[in-house]
Amino acid sequence: MTDLASSSPPRAGWNRRLLRWMLYAILGLFALYYLLPLFVMLTTSLKSLEEIRAGSLIALPRDVTFSPWATAWSSACTGIQCEGLRPYFWNSVLIAIPAVALSTMLGAMNGYVIAQWRFRGANLIFSLMLFGCFIPFQVVLLPMARLLGMMGLAGSIPGLIFVHVIYGIGFTTLFFRNYYVTIPADLVKAAKVDGAGFFRIFWSIFLPLSLPIIVVTVIWQFTQIWNDFLFGVSFSEAGTQPVTVALNNIVNSTTGVKEYNVDMAAAIIAALPTLIVYVVAGKYFVRGLTAGSVKG
Amino acid sequence: MAPILDIRNLYKNYGATEVLKDINIAIEPGDFLVLVGPSGCGKSTLLNCIAGLETISGGSLSIDGRDMTHVSPKDRDIAMVFQSYALYPTMSVAKNITFGMKVRGVDKATQARKLGEVAAQLQIEQLLNRKPGQLSGGQRQRVAMGRALVRDPKLFLFDEPLSNLDAKLRVEMRTEIKRLHQSLNASMVYVTHDQIEAMTLATKIVVMKAGIIQQIGTPAEIYNRPTNLFVADFMGSPAMNLIPARATREGAATRLEIARNSGPPLVLMDQTAPELPDQIILGLRPEDIAEAGFRSGSGVQEAECLVDMVEPAGADTFVVTSLGGKEVTARLHAETSARARQHLSLAFDISKASYFAPESGQRLN
Repeated sequence: MTDLASSSPPRAGWNRRLLRWMLYAILGLFALYYLLPLFVMLTTSLKSLEEIRAGSLIALPRDVTFSPWATAWSSACTGIQCEGLRPYFWNSVLIAIPAVALSTMLGAMNGYVIAQWRFRGANLIFSLMLFGCFIPFQVVLLPMARLLGMMGLAGSIPGLIFVHVIYGIGFTTLFFRNYYVTIPADLVKAAKVDGAGFFRIFWSIFLPLSLPIIVVTVIWQFTQIWNDFLFGVSFSEAGTQPVTVALNNIVNSTTGVKEYNVDMAAAIIAALPTLIVYVVAGKYFVRGLTAGSVKG
Repeated sequence: MAPILDIRNLYKNYGATEVLKDINIAIEPGDFLVLVGPSGCGKSTLLNCIAGLETISGGSLSIDGRDMTHVSPKDRDIAMVFQSYALYPTMSVAKNITFGMKVRGVDKATQARKLGEVAAQLQIEQLLNRKPGQLSGGQRQRVAMGRALVRDPKLFLFDEPLSNLDAKLRVEMRTEIKRLHQSLNASMVYVTHDQIEAMTLATKIVVMKAGIIQQIGTPAEIYNRPTNLFVADFMGSPAMNLIPARATREGAATRLEIARNSGPPLVLMDQTAPELPDQIILGLRPEDIAEAGFRSGSGVQEAECLVDMVEPAGADTFVVTSLGGKEVTARLHAETSARARQHLSLAFDISKASYFAPESGQRLN
């Protein structure tokens, strides 16, 4: 017994350390694998065309140049116009910000009603909204085009906002409803006895509680809307295209020499906002997703 | 005086299920009404109906003479304390207490004055800037009470407010609620499933079962003269002994014969009982069975019983024996010489007896 007791701990410690290092090695390998494309994009975007042609794909740039970034931002050609990504980037901002704000607010309101003001048919409505989350985009393209046309919103930025808000409501409602069902019903009762009405209870009691789920919803919606290509390409016209559509045009419509460095810079610019949102608010995202399930 | 709360023929249905059936209650100003019953008996639903948080399916309800049947909760002039406290999590204690006044548009100076009064009364001044999450259970309970007190309502409603507290704190808060009731002379309706809470707090108790009122009365009436077997069994701890017996008339007296596992049946004579059917259930509280020689009175009769078990409980010692096929508990003094599996002479105070019909469960005397 004494022998075993004295000899086994170092051995177990050694094994544990080995496992730990293997774990780190595997995780590191995967991280490298996922980061490699970003690395290639970044280095390529900082190289001149000659260097790209001459050098290897994963080599670091010898002479760092920012001119591909400037070109991508303000003078790359999307078809016949050569204004770079800039106008389209602002289109995307003008689409994404109102659409995210509106769909988040509507989702919060819907979730509040469905979770806390149980009414006849609440479950049915919630099921239908959930169903809405799973309807493929392609199915609604033609009816939506008709509808936008009838509303006089075809090819406009408000039209795209409308489409994204409608498509977002299913998800945002689901998020908020699942968050609000964990809030005890007594809270609403107490507020009612205190004299607060429907909106007062929402503003004073539920919204202040909702920060984690608002962060989740905003990240989710922003990523969805910013990265959307299908709606953007279907329901826009020359001046109202979002950045994703412009990126596609830059990459696909160049004639003659393929400017890989400009393409890479443009792609990074287009992806930057979602990347920033994740880096800044990512930890709240994970926290918010699990907030409903754990008490306290 | 007009009743402060008057409920007439109240019904509550959820679809086809009747949750409350023909509820009639009236209480006077200053009354402390306790709704008590096992879980699922409809007592909390009734309280929610009084608060206006549930609509009622039939009947009427008035508070202080005003018909409130279709009035929304905020206009009923009530305050409510919830089992989960229901404090607003993002607001400080002070904001929690003043939220109702803020909603009703009470001016800032009055808000501050009332907050100060209530905080002093409940000794929570040092907690005013904290959030509910930073408070202990007992402190949360106090804040919830403060939120109700600051309203100065016609009627206080309590929904099992003490059931989330530990045993010691529960007793403390019980005393505090009672003191509050006396000092404010307020009218209160209090829901609990704890019959001891009901007995200690109430001036009037409503015992409910399956949505039907079983009995309304003062704690003494409910305890001494339960109207049926359910109330007899539910109220009191340990519960009332309910012993099957045979009743026969002997002149003016009633002869009660109780079967025993061994030996001759136990015979008790009641000189004052009314006409009883042949088969009855005799109800005797544990304290109405004492050790022989420690109880005297016209109805006291002594008999040898075989003790099954002795349970010392500090101030009292409970002795369990078997009569009529049922376990029967007697409450003896702490220094009793009773020993398990030995015979002991017990004194039955038959003048305190309740008689019930075995089938219907209704009281017979």
